[in-house]
Amino acid sequence: MTEQLDEATRLTTQPKPVEQPRRGDLLGPLRLGWRQLTSMRTALLLLFLLALAAVPGGFLPQRKINPIRVADYIRSHGALGRFMDRLQLFDVFASAWFSAIYLLLFVSLVGCLFPRTRLHLRALRARPPKVPKTLKRLPVSDTWTVQGPADAVIDDARSALRGWRVERRGNELSAERGYLRETGNLVFHVSMVVLLVGIALNSFYGFKGTVLVIEGRGFSNTLSQFDNTQPAKRFSPSSLVPFTVHLDRFNATYAPDGKALTFDAEVTWSKENGTPAPYDLRVNHPLVVGTAKTYLLGHGYAPHVVFRDVDGKVIDDRPVACLPQDPQFLSTCVIKEAATKGQQFGFRGVFTPTTVTDATNRVGSSYPGLRRPALTLVAWTGDLGIDGGTPQSIYALDTTAMKAVDNGAAKALQPGETWVLPGGASLTYVDTAQWANLQVTQDPSRLVMLVAAIGIVGGLLLSLFVRRRRVWVRAGTGQDGTTTVEVGGLARTDPDRFATEFAALVQDMRSARA
Amino acid sequence: MPDKGLGQLGDGLLFSAVVVYALAMLGYAAEQATVGARRRVTSVRAASQVLVGSGGSVEVPAETVTTVAPSRAGRAAFVLTCGGWLVHLSSIVMRGFAAHRVPWGNMYEFSSAVAFVAVTAFLGMVVRGRIERGLGAFVMLPVVLYLGLASSLLYTAAGPLVPALNSYWIKIHVAAAILASGSFLLSGVVALLYLLRQRYDRIGRAARFPVTLGAQLPSAAALDRMSYAVIAFAFPVWTFAVIAGAIWAESAWGRYWGWDPKETWSFITWVLYAGYLHARATAGWKGRKAAWVAVAAAVALVIDYYVVNIFVVGLHSYA
Repeated sequence: MTEQLDEATRLTTQPKPVEQPRRGDLLGPLRLGWRQLTSMRTALLLLFLLALAAVPGGFLPQRKINPIRVADYIRSHGALGRFMDRLQLFDVFASAWFSAIYLLLFVSLVGCLFPRTRLHLRALRARPPKVPKTLKRLPVSDTWTVQGPADAVIDDARSALRGWRVERRGNELSAERGYLRETGNLVFHVSMVVLLVGIALNSFYGFKGTVLVIEGRGFSNTLSQFDNTQPAKRFSPSSLVPFTVHLDRFNATYAPDGKALTFDAEVTWSKENGTPAPYDLRVNHPLVVGTAKTYLLGHGYAPHVVFRDVDGKVIDDRPVACLPQDPQFLSTCVIKEAATKGQQFGFRGVFTPTTVTDATNRVGSSYPGLRRPALTLVAWTGDLGIDGGTPQSIYALDTTAMKAVDNGAAKALQPGETWVLPGGASLTYVDTAQWANLQVTQDPSRLVMLVAAIGIVGGLLLSLFVRRRRVWVRAGTGQDGTTTVEVGGLARTDPDRFATEFAALVQDMRSARA
Repeated sequence: MPDKGLGQLGDGLLFSAVVVYALAMLGYAAEQATVGARRRVTSVRAASQVLVGSGGSVEVPAETVTTVAPSRAGRAAFVLTCGGWLVHLSSIVMRGFAAHRVPWGNMYEFSSAVAFVAVTAFLGMVVRGRIERGLGAFVMLPVVLYLGLASSLLYTAAGPLVPALNSYWIKIHVAAAILASGSFLLSGVVALLYLLRQRYDRIGRAARFPVTLGAQLPSAAALDRMSYAVIAFAFPVWTFAVIAGAIWAESAWGRYWGWDPKETWSFITWVLYAGYLHARATAGWKGRKAAWVAVAAAVALVIDYYVVNIFVVGLHSYA
């Protein structure tokens, strides 16, 4: 094939294969390494490695999602489990090897993007390449003769090629279209880089905090109010959007078999000094205040208890949040009463919304809705251990310095019932409130991610469905006055469709002089 | 509340669709078995000079055309497939009416919809002349097995959705995922057939069953093009499905990506199909290696739906 045909038929801006460096070129090995890294074959290899590296993350429990299952897994697999942990198999997506692969992939991608963008910009400005010497060698070609001058034939061909970028050189036409294919390809890959930038942005400046709110109470969006926070490395607390949320009521409905049908939290929220507004906070329906989004993550019951001392004085009067343990909302509760004279009280037990007892007198719940609520507790007296100053979880009771009341016999309370303890203090289970677990997220990357997502899908569509193709026409008038027309075409993708398109073009050109 | 009668009608229709598909599969198989007998050279023309316009002439080369006479079994099988498709469609519509929601709320419904997309894609490509009808036997066999397994192992009566699924995103995210998955599974079958045909071409007469089936398949190049056409369609749809899922996750769980097992496997599937598209454009990777990548990607997809839902604990456990 001639040099000219070779260049004209290179319908792609894909980089050429890696060449060996010249001798004595000190930067040679570096340059070779860079070219290897940015070659298509390396990119392909890295893609497969990336898929392979993600596999353990798809089968093994991951610490970031479920630390308890990871701990169980390591415990039950002994030395093997500990070895796997050392290989970061439970932190796959933060592991050194996974990061290395995707960083190399992105370096390779960026290294490939620069030359391709340059080539594409050049192609966008360039005129379609000259007509190859032999059009017959192209995948599709045709030739015919007509009466009439060559330049009139070229004019006809030109009007048949409407929508194409056409370059006329004498009695030769070069036409090309489908530049958007490569544009789409570049947009797609640039958007992948933008996506990575968005992820990085969030991991530097993002914030996530969760807070448990009982009906009738609220929280304000400041660091100290959260039960649990995950601020990113560069996050500054002053960037928290100032607002408050008050939980008015929580509703949950269940199907007869106990499957949850709906949950929603009726809240009232307001900006700093703003007017309060109601909002129906649901799963899939977060509350958006500026860049902060508040989500409903979970819910549970908070039995309202009143604790009185020996004199009948109310020491404590509050709902106690209990943590659900099963789908029927059997929940564990801990109550600590430290403010009484002399002795402290601790209670530990379960709350059951629809209480059932089995043959061995074990308490359970048979339905998640409030049908037969009961609070079943064991009481302890002694030292709660909270005076020492060490912070304690409000959901755990340390009984090392305590003595069980009634030898640890459990007492079941129904709403309105009071348990009078030895010595005269008493605990009353009044009624039941509910709580909602809310999460506030501030993610500075949302807009970036949206742009990246649109670029990824849009670029992909263009790069897969636009077809880049070239058509050449040459007309020459012989001595007998007839003009021979030669047409040839080339497409890299979907040759069948191009053949049909080409035939239609030829038909158009021929019918003009028929 | 769900309508029990309509739900049972939908289940019955799905069963009928499977039976009709199975009959269609037998028809295609009969057509394939008699290909040799019906193959004939239909026209032989000697080289000749043909006058064009006034004075010019063009040489027309000698030409032989081999065609395979259409078989009655094949035509009947195609009609049966179309009929089965209609019955299948009505079963999905009945499910929707029975449950008062989109008919893809659990694994059973999802599987039925994925198979429906695969059959639709196959029929559509046959009508547009992009795939050969003769592949019907190879397409209907996995469809029948898949629907049979799905309706016996994953059966769920029509019912309401769990709250997490109750969002308009289920229409967008899951519909896109179904559309892409059905197409990907079809492309996986075609890629396997490509490998079969290619192996047949390489070892020729020494081939034994099942490689001998390759004799009846379209050319390796044609199969490669079919598989690519399906993946080129499905890949942007899958990309969109994953992005829509991320947007949904952001509004439901407060983060768009958390490496939940389902997310991880969707990612693996996506990367493998991206790999396939790159492989097809890389020297040394075209053809057989690219086809193996397409098969691996389809396997990742199956893991994404079935292995993850059934054996791995995650947020997507409901469907």
